[in-house]
Amino acid sequence: MVEKRHWFFDTLPHVILCMGVFIVAFPVWLAFVGSTWDAATIANGQMPIYPGPHAAENYYRTLFVGAGRTTGQPVWLMMTNSFVMAITIAVGKIAISIISAYAVVYFRFPFRMAAFWLIFITLMLPVEVRIYPTYEIVAQLNMLDTYSGLAIPLIASATATLLFRQFFMTIPDELVEASKIDGAGPFKFFKDTVLPLSITTIAALFVIQFIYGWNQYLWPLLITTKPTMQTIVIGIKTMLVTQDALTEWQLAMTTAVLAMVPPVLVVLVMQKLFVRGLVETEK
Amino acid sequence: MEKRSVFGNRLLPYLLLAPQLAITIVFFYWPASQAVWMSFRIQDAFGIATEFVWFENYTELFKSRAYYEAMWTTVVFSSWVTVLSMGTALLLAVMADKQIRGATAYRTLLIWPYAVAPAIAGVLWLFMFQPSLGMVGRSLRAMGIDWNPLLDGNHAMILVILAATWKQISYNFLFFLAGLQSIPKSLIEAAAIDGARPARRFWTIVFPLLSPTTFFLLVVNVVYVFFDTFGIIDAITKGGPATSTQTLVYKVFSDGRLGGDLGGSAAQSVILMAIVIGLTAIQFRYVERKVTY
Repeated sequence: MVEKRHWFFDTLPHVILCMGVFIVAFPVWLAFVGSTWDAATIANGQMPIYPGPHAAENYYRTLFVGAGRTTGQPVWLMMTNSFVMAITIAVGKIAISIISAYAVVYFRFPFRMAAFWLIFITLMLPVEVRIYPTYEIVAQLNMLDTYSGLAIPLIASATATLLFRQFFMTIPDELVEASKIDGAGPFKFFKDTVLPLSITTIAALFVIQFIYGWNQYLWPLLITTKPTMQTIVIGIKTMLVTQDALTEWQLAMTTAVLAMVPPVLVVLVMQKLFVRGLVETEK
Repeated sequence: MEKRSVFGNRLLPYLLLAPQLAITIVFFYWPASQAVWMSFRIQDAFGIATEFVWFENYTELFKSRAYYEAMWTTVVFSSWVTVLSMGTALLLAVMADKQIRGATAYRTLLIWPYAVAPAIAGVLWLFMFQPSLGMVGRSLRAMGIDWNPLLDGNHAMILVILAATWKQISYNFLFFLAGLQSIPKSLIEAAAIDGARPARRFWTIVFPLLSPTTFFLLVVNVVYVFFDTFGIIDAITKGGPATSTQTLVYKVFSDGRLGGDLGGSAAQSVILMAIVIGLTAIQFRYVERKVTY
C-alpha cells in the first residue's frame, strides 16, 4: 500500500491463495483421477495422483451401460432427467415470478399486499421442514415419478419475485406514461418495454436457478422410486449403497465428474452473470 | 415505494398472480399446515386412525434423549462449519483484495465449488477419506492414526464438517471479497500514513467495516448448515455411525421414513419451521438495513 514492502509480503498472498486453490481443487482432481483408473487399482488403494489409461472405457460404461451391480441405469438417462428438471425449474421460476411481480408493481387491486406477503412468507418454508406432507400431496396428485412432480413444487419463488419487484421499481414511470399515450396496454408494455429491460436480470437468475435445480437432492430422493426417473445427483448415491468393498468407485467417480460438469461450466462460462445473480438474490 | 402510474385492469392482475399463488398454496401452505395438524395427533399401530393428543408429541420429543443429541450434533456441526468456512474465506478474500497480479484468475479458481451439489461434495470427500482405499484416509492410517469414519462417530463428524466447509468457502469468499472491495481505499491509506501497520489497519478499519457482511454471512451459513447439508450427510454417513452425525433435519427425515413416527416427525418439522422463521426474521430485521454492496 503505502510503505515499501518486503519481498516476503509480496509473495505471501500468492502462497496463501495457491493453497486455497489447491484445497478447493484437490478433491475434484482426485475424483477425475479416480474416473480414469480401473476398479482393482482403486480398490487396492494403489491409485496414483495422475490419470490412468481407463478413461474412455469408464466414461463409455457409465454413460451408456450403467454400473453393473446396482440399478444399472445408464447415466446419460440420469443426466437427461437432471437437465429437464433443472431447466423446467429455472424457466418456471422466472416465468411465474416475473408475471406476479408485474402484477404487484403495475396494478392496484384489493389484496395486493396480502398476495405479496403470501409469496414472501414461503421463504420461511423450505422443503426440509415440510417433507412428508408435501410428499403426500404430490402422491395424491399422481405426480410421483413424473417430471412435473420433480419440478412444479419447486418453482414457486419468493426470492425471484422480490428481485423482479425491486427491478421494476427502478424502471422510470415516464416509460409507462409514454406507452400509455402511445395506446399500449399492459401486455404490450410488458412485451416491448419490461421484458427487454429485464434480460440481464433474467439471465442472472437463470444461472443461479439452473444450479439450484440441478443440485436438488432431498426432493427427487423422496418422490422418485423408479430408477428411470432418477437424477444424476441421486443416482450416484445408489452406486455407493452396496457393501463398501463392492462399490465400483471408478464408475462412481466418473458419475461424480459428469454430475459436476454442467453446473460448473455454467458458473465458469457465465461468471459475471453468476456473481450478479448470487449477490442480487441474497440481498 | 409505489408506482405513480399503473394500469387499470381489474381481472388481469389476479390472473398474473394465479400460477404463483396456486403453487404456493398447494405445495407450501397446505403441507405446512398439515405438518402443524399432524404434530398434534398420533397414528395407531395400523396407520388407519389418528387421535388428537394435544402436545403429547412435543412433550415426548423434549423427553427423548435422542432429540437433544440431534440438537447438540446440529450445534457442533453448524458452529464448526460456519467458523471454518468463514475464517478460510475471509483470509483468502483479504489476500485476493490486495492489489496483486492475477487477482481475477484466483477469483475464478475459487468460486466454482459453489456449483457442486452437496451430495456430490460428500461423495468426493468420502472417496478421499475412505479408510482402506482413499488417498488421504490411507495416509492417515499409515501415520498410525486409526482413522475410520465408518465406525468412529467423531471421525464421521470431522468428515462431514470438512466436506460441508469445503462446499461453502466459495460462497463466503465471494461475499467477503465484494465487502472488502466496497471499503474506500482512502480510509486505509489515511491510516497507513498515520503509521498504522497492516495488522492494525485490518482490525481497526477493515474488520469493523466488514461487519455487516460478516453478520449476513453468519445467518446464511447457519441456514445452509441446517438445511442444505442434508445431501452431504446422506451421502457420507446417512446420519451414522449409530446417530453420531444425525442433525435435526436428518432426524425428521429418518424418523418419518424408517420409524414411521409421522406425528413425532411432524412435531420436529414444526420446531424447525419456528427456527427458520426466527433466522429469517433476524436476517431481514438486522441485515437488510445495514448491508450495502
